[in-house]
Amino acid sequence: MPDDDQHGGQHGGDRAGASSLLRRFRALPNDSPAKAVIVTLLVCIFASVLVAGSAVLLRPKQIANKQFAQMQQISVILENAPGGAGRRAIDIADLDARVVELATGNYAEAKDPAAFDQRGMDNDPAQSINIPPGEDLAQIRTRAKYAAVHLLLRDGRPQLVVLPVYGRGFGSTLYGYVGLSGDARTVIGLAFYEHGETPGLGALIDDPAWRRLWAGKAVWDADGEVGLGVARGPVVPGTPEARHQVDGLTGATWTGQGVTNLLRYWLGGHGFGPYLKKLRRAAR
Amino acid sequence: MSTAMSMRRAFIDPLINENPITLQILGLCSALAVTKTLATALIMAAAVTVVITLSNATISLIRNHMPRHVRLILQITIIASLVIVVDQILKAYAYGLSRELSVFVGLIVTNCIIMGRAEAFAMKNNVRLSVLDGLGNGLGYSWILILVGSVRELFGSGTLLGAEVFRTVSAGGWYHPAALMLLPPSAFFLIGFLIWALRSWRVEQVEPEEFAVLPAVETGEAR
Repeated sequence: MPDDDQHGGQHGGDRAGASSLLRRFRALPNDSPAKAVIVTLLVCIFASVLVAGSAVLLRPKQIANKQFAQMQQISVILENAPGGAGRRAIDIADLDARVVELATGNYAEAKDPAAFDQRGMDNDPAQSINIPPGEDLAQIRTRAKYAAVHLLLRDGRPQLVVLPVYGRGFGSTLYGYVGLSGDARTVIGLAFYEHGETPGLGALIDDPAWRRLWAGKAVWDADGEVGLGVARGPVVPGTPEARHQVDGLTGATWTGQGVTNLLRYWLGGHGFGPYLKKLRRAAR
Repeated sequence: MSTAMSMRRAFIDPLINENPITLQILGLCSALAVTKTLATALIMAAAVTVVITLSNATISLIRNHMPRHVRLILQITIIASLVIVVDQILKAYAYGLSRELSVFVGLIVTNCIIMGRAEAFAMKNNVRLSVLDGLGNGLGYSWILILVGSVRELFGSGTLLGAEVFRTVSAGGWYHPAALMLLPPSAFFLIGFLIWALRSWRVEQVEPEEFAVLPAVETGEAR
């Protein structure tokens, strides 16, 4: 059996120098500190080239996958949209994207929604604001001044609006979309496209059966505040909360609380509040 | 022992006689977690087989230059890099499945089968034998995963690879899905039955009792 080992050392230099280096390297006893350092270094260089190479080469494909998955979550919300029997399902292509200035609730027509990158802005001081700790329900500290929303317009009136939302869950930040009716009073759906919650527990926020619970929930409570949220345990039918809340996920109290918090933040006055107020007024 | 024979043994033994799951009882965590559907089991099986084969090859290649006191760190470095590469490839070409597998691809690093083969086999044998051993162990792990995944998906959801086999009641058919099959403990039961079956067939796999159980004795004391 021939010895299969062929070890590094043939990088650069003239042949004689390289081979004498190689010979000296091979002569080192295996347990000498010098050899330990050299071998470790070579393995690390090999490993980092492998890891960095694959990460860089595959990145464009992964980003495309991510964006596709993100769009797919909007389709998931649309599946629950009340379209009426016989009517064709709403397609993503039917939606209009608009950029909203959160503080005023006005559309920022100058900004191109297609090129809009909210997550890129979140940490840019010029394009984001710090959220005062008292307001920071979603625990995200900063947020972009603008957000891209997706609208379904019929005769110029919004029938449905999809808002991007995110906030802290149990072990990760949850990123998703919430779909509301055109008058911003009723939930159509909620879907997350990125999170790192515990598989089998918090990750059940992706469970289709649980997601369906959101359809038809009333956003605002009697005082005009965001009443929407995840209950602790099952929702008791007939109670006032049952209009706003969905069943909690067993073993994922923190994730459920995170979902409640991020909805209260993003639909509340510091988030999309001014925009949603306009939608409600326009629908009246 | 001739080379051809040791090569055969390196490849064939881990399939049944030395199977990592049923005989060595290693790698159970992932076997429980990813076998809910056949598709995830297949991807996981392929990922582990690729990682174990490449890690065995790489480690065997440099085994004569591995300083003993840092060898475990070097093995983990190599295995972890291979796992990251596999994870990146899955994220690029099987995005949906890689999301379903979530952390379990990353956890291949801690799969005892891979470290075990690196330390027990690749450190002592040449590259050709190590590759065969890695491939054999990977496939030994794979067939169990695929079997468990098929049974769980078929009886838990009435489908195989997402295609309907039994029409479930909720879809207007006759089959009541066995909800237990969708929960991780069902994989425990299935693997348990499999080990029982294998050891009834291959009696030499039965381990000797670690201690003798004494017969129950009447002490005469009424309590």
